[in-house]
Amino acid sequence: MSDDLYPEAILRLAQSARGAGRLDPPGLSATTDSPICGDRATVEVRAEGGKVRALAHAVRGCVLCRAAAAALAEVAEGTATAEIAALPGRIAAMLKGESQAPSGRFAAFAVFAPVGPHRSRHGCVLLPLRAAAQALDKA
Amino acid sequence: MNFDLAAIRRQFPVLRPGLHYLDSAASSQIPAPVIAAMDNFQRGGRANIARGVHRLAERATEAYEGARSRVARALNVAADEIVFTAGCTAALNIAAQGLGSRWGEGDEIVISELDHHSNIVPWQILAVRSGVRLRWLPVTQEGRLDLDALPGLLSPRTRLIAVTHGSNVTAAISDVPRLAAAARSAGALLLLDGAQVAAHGLPDLAALGCDLYAFSAHKLHGPTGIGVLWARRAVLESMAPAFGGGGTIARVAKSGTIFADPPARFEAGTPPYVEAVGLGAAIDWRATIDRNAADAHLARLTQRLVDGLDAIDRQRRAIRVLGPTGPRLPLVSFAVRGAHTHDICQMVDASHGVALRGGHHCAQPLADALGVEGSTRISLALHSGDDDVDAALAAIDQALGRLLR
Repeated sequence: MSDDLYPEAILRLAQSARGAGRLDPPGLSATTDSPICGDRATVEVRAEGGKVRALAHAVRGCVLCRAAAAALAEVAEGTATAEIAALPGRIAAMLKGESQAPSGRFAAFAVFAPVGPHRSRHGCVLLPLRAAAQALDKA
Repeated sequence: MNFDLAAIRRQFPVLRPGLHYLDSAASSQIPAPVIAAMDNFQRGGRANIARGVHRLAERATEAYEGARSRVARALNVAADEIVFTAGCTAALNIAAQGLGSRWGEGDEIVISELDHHSNIVPWQILAVRSGVRLRWLPVTQEGRLDLDALPGLLSPRTRLIAVTHGSNVTAAISDVPRLAAAARSAGALLLLDGAQVAAHGLPDLAALGCDLYAFSAHKLHGPTGIGVLWARRAVLESMAPAFGGGGTIARVAKSGTIFADPPARFEAGTPPYVEAVGLGAAIDWRATIDRNAADAHLARLTQRLVDGLDAIDRQRRAIRVLGPTGPRLPLVSFAVRGAHTHDICQMVDASHGVALRGGHHCAQPLADALGVEGSTRISLALHSGDDDVDAALAAIDQALGRLLR
């Protein structure tokens, strides 16, 4: 059996913990919980002029969840808030095989394509993305 | 009777080479004789029960009631005290709604931090609806019910102690005589969630000392979709039905309904009669295996798992095995500092075909009390062997090598 769910790129992304921490001053914040494993992602966002200016996260979760939060932090700054808000749906579609892996600004999320066949783990990737979308929804 | 592991394994169609199924505490596998019993019934005896007068319906009713009698004999209780439900969770909800209809402000129920959500949430729902007060029995850091704290929670207002018979996370087996004595001294009922204990042999309920007992078939090598609520006759008679509908009634008029006597009062709608046949067959199948030999086999494997995890931890220094030393259910849960349980489970499956369960195991108050975010659980069944234990330990060690770098 292959162990393709944890390529080095995902492990490195999780270990990078990019964006981990809090914003000062605080931004809009939302927390999402996984009912399956109890994982929790809190994402803080500061937006201005329709673009994300800063993003930070605190994740208590698995490698996939932490890697997704780090990927989110990589792409967030300068991205249109509407695009971040649409990200959960876009990545969910990729995981379900309904769309291609993203390219361009969101290419970092292509690393999660191998999660697609593991339906029980889709929520791990989406947890911080949903928190970001919910935080922006409070604007 | 003896314990022939190879012969037992041959009876489980799902057990193919390369699969180490160690998630039986979530759902046990089903042996061929149980599948055959249900298949035969579906092919030659299927008909709705209790109402039809044609021969097929008569035979189906006999099969269904025969399963009830089989369960009752195994539990050493009367057949009319056996309520078939949709599962253990359904049984606990029926108990909560049925008992709770008599209780309200000023009444108290003791529940525990050790329990599965299925024996917590129904009581929380009742508390919100009726004003009943919940008192929480704490868990020790060893993962047992803290029975030293129980007297302080009891009062003349206590109506029920509802706790687990054996933990699905820590493997601790509850001290039922002590619980029963405490309940009696308070004039309260004792309900036990037997999901994990019944999986390894049905208890003698006439001797156990509780007043209500719940379990499901799918954890004891039976089918999904059926469970059992047992209660003493007088307790069942005092309970209101949780669900109304066909089967539950003695007479329905526009002015109201007179409900049937137990157990029919609690079996609304078409019951899981095929699954009842499967449950009876699972009990029959289990009875062909020497219980003492099986218990000894599983206790030995359990100890091997605990020792093996300790050995891995001597190198990794990150593992915390949950639960008491000494007698325990044949399952071992462990938390790893710096490695998420779902990553461990995913890796051991991919690398060694080892099927484990990770997460909070539907016991979040317990995880909070023990100070862990979740745990990885290895649970054994009659078909488990040393090769399964070897594979699990090797796979865990390898996964931790990747995750703890």
